[in-house]
Amino acid sequence: MKKSTLDHVLDWSGRILLTLILGFVLLPFFVVLIASFNDSAILSFPPKSWSLRWYANVFEYRDFGAGLVNSLKIAGIGASIAIVAGAGFAYVMDRYDFALKGLLNGVLMSPLIIPNFTIGLGLLILSTSASLPRTIWLVIAVHVIIVLPFVVRSVYVSLQNFERRYEQAAESLGASPLHVLVTITLPLLVPGLVSGALFAAILSFNEFTASLFVVNQRTQTLPVAMYNYVREYADPTLAAVSVIYVLVVAVLLLIVHKFFRLEKVLNVE
Amino acid sequence: MLSEIPPIPSQNDARPSVQIDGVSKSFSGVTALEPVSLKIRKGEFLTLLGPSGCGKTTLLNLIAGFLEADSGELFINSELVTQVPPHQREIGIVFQNYALFPHMSVAQNVAYGLRTRRVPKAEIAERVRETLALVKLEDFADRRPRQLSGGQQQRVALARALVIRPRVLLLDEPFSALDRNLRTAMQVELKEIQSRLGLTTVFVTHDQSEALSMSDRIAVMSRGRIRQIGSPTEIYDCPQNHFVSTFVGDANLFSATLVETDGKKVSLNVGETRLPLTTYQDELPAAGPVTLFVRPEQCRLSAAGQDGAIPATVALSVYQGSYAEMHLDCPTAEGGRVMLRVPASEALPVGTAVSIALPEQGPAIYAKEEAAA
Repeated sequence: MKKSTLDHVLDWSGRILLTLILGFVLLPFFVVLIASFNDSAILSFPPKSWSLRWYANVFEYRDFGAGLVNSLKIAGIGASIAIVAGAGFAYVMDRYDFALKGLLNGVLMSPLIIPNFTIGLGLLILSTSASLPRTIWLVIAVHVIIVLPFVVRSVYVSLQNFERRYEQAAESLGASPLHVLVTITLPLLVPGLVSGALFAAILSFNEFTASLFVVNQRTQTLPVAMYNYVREYADPTLAAVSVIYVLVVAVLLLIVHKFFRLEKVLNVE
Repeated sequence: MLSEIPPIPSQNDARPSVQIDGVSKSFSGVTALEPVSLKIRKGEFLTLLGPSGCGKTTLLNLIAGFLEADSGELFINSELVTQVPPHQREIGIVFQNYALFPHMSVAQNVAYGLRTRRVPKAEIAERVRETLALVKLEDFADRRPRQLSGGQQQRVALARALVIRPRVLLLDEPFSALDRNLRTAMQVELKEIQSRLGLTTVFVTHDQSEALSMSDRIAVMSRGRIRQIGSPTEIYDCPQNHFVSTFVGDANLFSATLVETDGKKVSLNVGETRLPLTTYQDELPAAGPVTLFVRPEQCRLSAAGQDGAIPATVALSVYQGSYAEMHLDCPTAEGGRVMLRVPASEALPVGTAVSIALPEQGPAIYAKEEAAA
């Protein structure tokens, strides 16, 4: 059947609209990308001359390097703790019925409605009054609390979609419940666990508000270091950091994709 | 091949392989299974047949140990297993979707039950090879389940269940995912393996033709109860109640009034027609309104107005190749229609007035209210 003129108009206007929306989504990144190559010492747009010196500055400015190491450490350790704890909670929520299940669910999900700065402030007050040293573990604790709901949800959804017949088949073949968990359930849940851990790591890597309350000079994360930098200098170094930042996360996603296929991990297959 | 098959173990073996004593189950107050008692002989192929929700899968899950019974006891080879967890019951299961472990090869799937039993490696390899040969999949040992066709996946599932030499084999609608031709071939193959190994088997299905062709005995279930249990012939030829008569095979049902009973000889009125019959039933309903049941192949068409035959009119004739299905309008039939099959050459034109003659032996009489069950 031949398309009418109206169909063509709708077809094309649809495409244009989609392109505009996608462009709008990516606009901030492109602005920053271009600004990062600006030779001028002032964050201005569009640039008049080009340079890579801000990238060099990123690597010379020590706080960024230290912040990146801290952020990676916190994201790595925090996501690992969160995935183990979250998977445990999700498993309990999926498999068992108990009196306070609703309450547990509420507590686990509460970081979604409690603002990040409240969580940061709370732990700051707590650690000060208990005279706890402000080590990196305090930052990790804050991050675990913040990412836990996402991890629990992610693993819980995988468990809900899990085909129980696999476990029953294994049981009928003589496998004890623990053996079933180790040889059947866990291996088949790997995509869900990886997606949970990945979400946790990225959220933690991007987290700023709560971190601001609980870090000190030694434990500051990359976002906090960036914030501190921009308070003192207004040059395009920050734009260069941002670009590197995006590249790091993209590489992380690519690695996951290579081993697990991202569509499967993100449950969008 | 057939000559190698040893005889089926004696059906009179005193010890039942599976014994179910008053086992029941309900889910949050809704009864899934009324107390059921059942003995399954060693080497017997028993089918649980019924519509979805009849409790057959619940009963299977109870035998497997995936569910805990609310009441009653369960024995396997005379051993009380009511409280025994599934992994200690030594039962083989083939599920509807096969549930092959997707992260393992065919050989690893089959070896799983042996590895959990810590069988020595060399013996595992030998038994896996043997069992894969039994299901004709020797050349597929290193494939992943998803690389196999539906029929092949089912063979792997069967091999995985058989390799542990289970005390009982449970089959949960294993053929429903296969297309028609493959299904028939797999049924023959499974039945052959089952009887060669003399394996006690419980088979769950909603497909009556599967049940009739494969079983030693069939338990027809509805609403959490076993409505009749018997050989396929008994179930088909002598259904004991309204539900069984309509669920297995085609049935013609008439509204009738039971006038008098004398042992198994009864006399009843269908409309204006008085019919003397001899039934096979042990229990007959009380005199009054009843349902008269007769298989299509037991009905004969005769000329209109014949004495002792039920009047009807040809409504539709469906050509089926070797025979024709005659659908008749019949005011005394439940639902107003009767169906019977005649040789294609004897099909009558639509509108022809006929009468339906019933044999004196064969029909059955059921209480009216059972129509709802």
